[in-house]
Amino acid sequence: MPQDAKLEMALKCPIPIADGESILMGHGSGGRMSGDLLRNILLPALQNPVLERLDDQAIVELGGSRIAFTTDSFVVKPLFFPGGDIGTLAVNGTVNDLAMGGAKPLFLSLALILEEGLPLDTLCRVMESIRVAAALANVLVVTGDTKVVEKGSGDGLFVNTSGIGLVSSGVRLSANQARPGDLVLLSGTIGDHGITILSQREGLEFESAVTSDTAALHTLVAAMLDANSDIRCLRDPTRGGLSSSLNEIASRSHVGIELEEDAIPIREEVRGACELLGLDPLYVANEGKLLAIVEPKSAGAILEAMWQHPLGGSAQIIGTITDSHPAMVTIRTRLGTSRIVDLLSGDQLPRIC
Amino acid sequence: MDEYRNGEIAQGIVAKLTRRATRPWVLMEICGGQTHTLMRYGIDEMLPASIELVHGPGCPVCVTSLETIDKAIEIASRPEATLISYGDMLRVPGSRTDLFHVKAQGGDVRVVYSPTEALKFARANPGRKVVFLAVGFETTAPANAMAVWQAKREGLRNFSMLASHVLVPPAIRALLSSTRNRVQGFIGPGHVCTVMGYREYEDLVREFHVPIVVGGFEPLDLLEAILMLVTQLEEGRAAVENQYVRSVTYEGNLRAQEILAEVFEVCDRKWRGIGGIPESGLNLREEYAEFDADRIFGTEGVTADEPAECISAEVLQGLKKPTDCSAFGTRCTPDNPLGAPMVSSEGACAAYYRYRRHAIAVTESH
Repeated sequence: MPQDAKLEMALKCPIPIADGESILMGHGSGGRMSGDLLRNILLPALQNPVLERLDDQAIVELGGSRIAFTTDSFVVKPLFFPGGDIGTLAVNGTVNDLAMGGAKPLFLSLALILEEGLPLDTLCRVMESIRVAAALANVLVVTGDTKVVEKGSGDGLFVNTSGIGLVSSGVRLSANQARPGDLVLLSGTIGDHGITILSQREGLEFESAVTSDTAALHTLVAAMLDANSDIRCLRDPTRGGLSSSLNEIASRSHVGIELEEDAIPIREEVRGACELLGLDPLYVANEGKLLAIVEPKSAGAILEAMWQHPLGGSAQIIGTITDSHPAMVTIRTRLGTSRIVDLLSGDQLPRIC
Repeated sequence: MDEYRNGEIAQGIVAKLTRRATRPWVLMEICGGQTHTLMRYGIDEMLPASIELVHGPGCPVCVTSLETIDKAIEIASRPEATLISYGDMLRVPGSRTDLFHVKAQGGDVRVVYSPTEALKFARANPGRKVVFLAVGFETTAPANAMAVWQAKREGLRNFSMLASHVLVPPAIRALLSSTRNRVQGFIGPGHVCTVMGYREYEDLVREFHVPIVVGGFEPLDLLEAILMLVTQLEEGRAAVENQYVRSVTYEGNLRAQEILAEVFEVCDRKWRGIGGIPESGLNLREEYAEFDADRIFGTEGVTADEPAECISAEVLQGLKKPTDCSAFGTRCTPDNPLGAPMVSSEGACAAYYRYRRHAIAVTESH
């Protein structure tokens, strides 16, 4: 068949609709659809070299200091869940985005979008969580905003926080710095937050002993940097899970990543829930874990420092950076075979067979 | 679970297989869940080269006819309707759009993990016409039958079902009857047989002299089932055997079978990618017609033709591998599926794409 004929058939095919004209839920998943949205719509409108680094935070020079700056919005449902609520997430999430740049977090802003009818008691509980989380993270909420939308235009409460922090002169962390031979460290068990949220969702309530791992990671990062400042990259694998963060690093650094399935710590309860629902824990969200890409010679000292910290007690080496299959993440299974850990298109959906 | 994923035991089974297989054999796993495990653990990589695995039509999302998807889309687009289904169905392309896009346009489309949740929603929202899109094999059918039975008992007037269930044995019969059939042994679907038992596979074995081994879903289950099949083939035997004894019995779950028979009746069914197979589906019985969404919404007449380029027909019959398709990984990806096997993670094309692209790329470059 000539090439043109094939092309024509493809054009006639009525099915492809990935480029629909409206936003789909998958655009918010942190997977491939989110990436497409960023590349095709958002970045072209805003082109500048700071933004184009695409790390979790921007780092800008200001009056001789290196300032980390970031923002994050929180739309979690339900608002309250075992281990935390939307308030704790809003503080820890932004603190962590700063920490992944090696910054000492200092100040936060807080914007609340409240839906008409939200019980004041709910707002009070969330504000108390924000107060406690900010105090624990040693950051000050120094500015804010409140808007109210009509009933039906919001989902009770949306929160946005922005944050700034200071980065020491020697620290340069970025997703484009992974090199073949480097090691991948993970600070603890994966999937705890995502499975906790799922277990609370309407229509899916199941008994689960898992609680969200939401935590501020900046003191862990500080301890790691103290042990050895040669860390190449830090990421907190939130939305989209381990897989999304690692795929991003692989693609930004143009390297391959090889994981060891056996080395990745997963709680038995999380594993069980994933089996039951047909989900892969590598794609489930975390809110208090970090990934570090480090040189092999520094790995020992950094791991040692992580083990000394309450949030890094079960830190492990989970994989290596390689020059084979650039921009691709693979995993060695327990059977000794290897498979791809792909970026998901949209949200992970449960299997039904 | 780890006991079924032990690498050393797996190597042991593979070594036995290698000793036992004296010539090439073509085996098919029926169920999409099994395809998923085979790809995820790279089990086909471990097998001796003489054993070829082809992937059967056992992904419920993949074989649901284009018409059913179009009907669901039409119903979901009506302002008075709430369409409820399993998550994977939302991404399946219909003739013009999919349910995710209908949802984005304001259609009330919801995802649940069980039909009971759809019933709950109907009870709580008497003003909505709640439709459950019921797809799947004998595995999901009893729970769906139960939901309809319950709705009738309660007199729940705003709940209905768009039923598109399919049955495994008629599909195996259709494959074996085809003049192009290459499959010499089947790994039977463990979950389906948990419900239905394996009695009904005896006729197939007798009629076509083909071994069928009911298999589980863990890597060691599948390796063991493959070993049992190869042993039968090498010895010239054909019998139904049960590898998945921790879940499957000869009779199956009789109570589930009762509720199936109470609510559903066998009907002819169109399979996406394969075409019509006689007596291969389940529809609501006349006594439950008031719960038939097809009648309530007048969508019985909806028909649709499948796109020409997609080779899912050959893939689902095991005649071709996903990688034989000229569109695989280029014009057809999980982001932009031409056909259903690329949509669901149980679909053969999506499983190849997600887990095995690197191996394929390496083979091609050498």
